[in-house]
Amino acid sequence: MQNNNNITEFNTETLVLVNRIISRYPQGRQKSAILPVLHIAQAEHKGWLSAEMMDYVASLLGIQSIEVYEVASFYSMFNLQPVGNCVIEVCQTGPCWLNGSEEILAHFEKRLGIKPGETTADGQFSLKTVECLAACGNAPVIQVGTEYHEKMTTQKADELLEKWQAENKCSHTNPYL
Amino acid sequence: MAKQILLNNIDVPGLASFEVYRKLGGYAAVEKTLKNYTPDQVTEEVKKSGLKGRGGAGFPAGMKWSFLDKSTNNPRYFVCNFDESEPGTFKDRHIGQLNPHQLIEGMILGSYALGTRNSYIYIRGELFYVLRILEKAIDEAYRNGFLGENILGSGYSLDLFCHPGGGAYICGEETALIESLEGKRGNPRIKPPFPAIVGLYGCPTVVNNVETISNLPWIMNNGADAYSAIGIGNSKGTKLISACGHINKPGIYEIELGLPVEEFIYSEEYCGGIRNGNQLKAVVAGGSSVPILPAELILKTAKGEPRLMSYESLAEGGFETGTMLGSGGFIVMDETTCMVKNLLTFVRFYHHESCGQCSPCREGTGWMEKILQRIENGQGSMKDIDLLADIAKHIEGNTICPLGDAAAWPVASAIRHFRAEFEDHVKIQRCPLSK
Repeated sequence: MQNNNNITEFNTETLVLVNRIISRYPQGRQKSAILPVLHIAQAEHKGWLSAEMMDYVASLLGIQSIEVYEVASFYSMFNLQPVGNCVIEVCQTGPCWLNGSEEILAHFEKRLGIKPGETTADGQFSLKTVECLAACGNAPVIQVGTEYHEKMTTQKADELLEKWQAENKCSHTNPYL
Repeated sequence: MAKQILLNNIDVPGLASFEVYRKLGGYAAVEKTLKNYTPDQVTEEVKKSGLKGRGGAGFPAGMKWSFLDKSTNNPRYFVCNFDESEPGTFKDRHIGQLNPHQLIEGMILGSYALGTRNSYIYIRGELFYVLRILEKAIDEAYRNGFLGENILGSGYSLDLFCHPGGGAYICGEETALIESLEGKRGNPRIKPPFPAIVGLYGCPTVVNNVETISNLPWIMNNGADAYSAIGIGNSKGTKLISACGHINKPGIYEIELGLPVEEFIYSEEYCGGIRNGNQLKAVVAGGSSVPILPAELILKTAKGEPRLMSYESLAEGGFETGTMLGSGGFIVMDETTCMVKNLLTFVRFYHHESCGQCSPCREGTGWMEKILQRIENGQGSMKDIDLLADIAKHIEGNTICPLGDAAAWPVASAIRHFRAEFEDHVKIQRCPLSK
């Protein structure tokens, strides 16, 4: 399901989870919760972090907005621009390359008509290249949300695309649930 | 079948549940240790076992623990490094997914030895599906009295939490991991001070790899002597090798240290030989960072002795003719593989993952990527090959953390052993192996 509302505040249920995560760190060290909370925030905000969303996370953690911006811009899992409903991440590092990742990437490019970093016109799919996903024994590997798809083939890519299209796949789900 | 410590029960259905793990003797080490051992005795036992850090550096684990500053009243921290990201390495995921309680039991033992009240498992963010398995297992351990207040009535209390990363290889470096756990960018710190003195929140901290920690239950159950009886020379115990690339049976294998490399690659018990009956061309034996070796040098040392899967044997000959056991990420390449293109994917990786603090690494990795792209595209010159080697030389040893070295070694070794192939790209102005 697609998140239709562009919320910049968590609902009560999510706040309970966030507060539970914050309590895992010592008093006064709530900044430690920044990465887990950003993962949740991104999932609840259509897969990307707007300045408003990051400001909200800063307010939850009692830290300056700049502290959130500098972290969000460092880690590759956070998108600072809008993305499609379903983000397909294709590993391109050595072991995946040895097993045909270029063919898999080219196939997604052709099927979707986009290049890495781009989103389809209907907003359904974004394509992204990523570095080693630590699943090299089953190369080539792609990631969609918190799912890994391993031993990829072009046929498997077609099957997945068909399935995702049919179910209007959204890769932005709360990773803790 | 080789001696199994870590993967002994890995195929048992439901192993990830407390019930099954417990039935197979799980958590007996915690019961035994909390009853019969002082924390310092645990450290002594681990020291005596000869267990080395399995993340890549191979530093003796017990010695690392003994550096922990216990002289202050500050809290101490024990952190598990589950930021598995070194290309070719996928062993920790295997443990976390299939046998999470073994890791949790190891965390309890290590935390007890180090005297920590809160411990953390820092797991790379991409592996959220493994984090969920771990959190479920942690909940079970709490419910059964192995975590929380006054564990088994011993007076020892421990809370254990998982912490996801955000997608950054550099956070596998322990000081970057600590920065990240504090909610900052993963910029490595200058050492000294070492984390054992100034670590998480400025407090004494030990960071160990998943596989290292997962060995602790077996060591406490069976004793240091039984552990150090396994292996060869100073390479004690078993090692998980994650094998990938052009082999018939990619996967995770637990080997007794000292196994001949040739047997590992060609026997049916392990990699099952090279795919399609092809010839072996090169191997990266311990994760993308370690020097690549051509077939003849990975199978035999320069002296002509059989090369063994051990810290010492793989390092035999230094970087001129040897390599490192590293993380156990074993990448096999057959005769169809272009050494320039393979190296390009590695260097692109390091360029992407450089934190940007030190200019030799930040600029050097990008520069090397551009040159390699040029050579691979057939637009390189002979001077480019020397320039590459020169940049690598100037990165190595000139950065705060070992990522600089990790980016330099694959380049230096690829040119050392496969220079002719680089020159061929220049001479014929295209990749000789591309179709």
